[in-house]
Amino acid sequence: MNKDIAILGVGMHPWGKWGRNFVEYGVVAARAALADAGVNWRDVQFVSGAATMRNGYPGYVAGATFAQALGWQGAQVNTSYAACASGSQALAAARSKILSGECEVALVIGADTTPKGFLAPQKGERPDDPDWVRFRVGITNPTYFALYARRRMALYGDTQDDFALVKVKNAEHGFDNPNARYRKKFSAQDVAASAMVADPLRLMDICATSDGAAALIVSSLDYARRIGKKDAPRVAAISTVTPTFATDTVEMPDLATDSAVAAEPLRFRAALPRKAYEEAGIGPEDVSLAEVYDLSTALELDWMEDLQFCARGEAARLVREGVTRIGGRLPVNPSGGLACFGEAVPAQALAQVCELTWQLRGQSGSRQVQGAKVGITANQGLFGHGSSVIVKR
Amino acid sequence: MDAPVKTPVLEGWFTLDEREPHLLGACCSACGTYYFPKAIKFCRHPDCAGETFEEVKLSRTGRIWSYTNAAYKPPEPYISNDPFVPYGIAAVELEKERMIVLGQVASGVGVEALKVGMQVELILESLDDGKLTWKWKPLAENKP
Repeated sequence: MNKDIAILGVGMHPWGKWGRNFVEYGVVAARAALADAGVNWRDVQFVSGAATMRNGYPGYVAGATFAQALGWQGAQVNTSYAACASGSQALAAARSKILSGECEVALVIGADTTPKGFLAPQKGERPDDPDWVRFRVGITNPTYFALYARRRMALYGDTQDDFALVKVKNAEHGFDNPNARYRKKFSAQDVAASAMVADPLRLMDICATSDGAAALIVSSLDYARRIGKKDAPRVAAISTVTPTFATDTVEMPDLATDSAVAAEPLRFRAALPRKAYEEAGIGPEDVSLAEVYDLSTALELDWMEDLQFCARGEAARLVREGVTRIGGRLPVNPSGGLACFGEAVPAQALAQVCELTWQLRGQSGSRQVQGAKVGITANQGLFGHGSSVIVKR
Repeated sequence: MDAPVKTPVLEGWFTLDEREPHLLGACCSACGTYYFPKAIKFCRHPDCAGETFEEVKLSRTGRIWSYTNAAYKPPEPYISNDPFVPYGIAAVELEKERMIVLGQVASGVGVEALKVGMQVELILESLDDGKLTWKWKPLAENKP
């Protein structure tokens, strides 16, 4: 049985720090996706929302919130929460509905309004919550990114200049992207002159948090054929696997890894694309482009290795050689990535799929990756969540 | 006059022996897997049904797996003086427990004094609010 579903339409609300209600962004993205798909809102049978944790009850029931804002029309609803992978889980829920025959066409949607500054835990004295505990002893999100970055420097000889090259590349990629928040080119000197946040990472090595929204209209292949979109890009894999005990990397928000006394230490990030490749029946050699979660510049290098684009320790060399630039053999983050967007948690994994869709349709303008046929996403968030989605044409 | 008794930032996370402190962990009686923090009721090894745990003192020395610092004042619930003084942070690999544990680095030790693979020991120091926490401090004699 073919397990692909079609991506009929995609839409986004530009990323920024707009300070408005997340529902507003979501409706803009949904209407754009519907128009792009040529599908009437009344025909959508399933609304799969990615939840936001920072916008009260409407955020917890995002699927229903967006369905009401678009006008109740009797569709079935679902809301998924999986930290940074929320969008992918919402997409997986839609795929299950479609493949089981319970619906033919679905809206998948995520939107967020974010506070200023460091992401902080909920208030109160809560020693049982690992997220509260690590902040209590002074461990913030950049701490983890910096530990991974320093580890690369010690193990592979990567330098801060290598990390800066990732920022320079992504800033170039996102320069013309109308949905990106930061559209400015930077030099390696600009990166080196920005303030140190968590040694060896500077302000410009670390992504911001943003407001934004992304939406997809997905359907069965049969439905796509019937409305004249048989060549629409397809979702060929959605991996949302958990880590496997024992995790070898200290992951946010934990203060310790698993103990590997009774089980081999394993890397979570590498497991995510591995499952996606397996599901799609393709390998890293088939990939034309990738959208990866560059929470930090150095993390993009880790992802390249986790996606098996090169051996461990080789990623910085590929960046230096221009392989991952648009025009190179394997462009990474042609959208500009989180470096140009900033993170809007429930929308981000869907924004990655939007970019792959535009690229595979050849509609990316100045950031077009020529001949793009297969794209892969990778992301990871708190509490064992992550995802990898493969889109092909 | 007796010195005032210091309270730990987290109750039961480490011993209050200021000379040779230990982090307090748990060890599964069935499979030997260690846990930190120690609050665990059911073993998380997928093939282990263990439900009894022994409280154990974790190794108080290890090697730096990676390190960084906090150059900016973290948000609440972290409490710090004004002006904020940056502090180091180390991820330390404990050989016996085969796990990596995070912690601040002893005050006055900057990132330039740290190296991956360096041997460190556990010490107790006060945070800016006076509460005791565990920190990692490079050993005077470091064996490669």
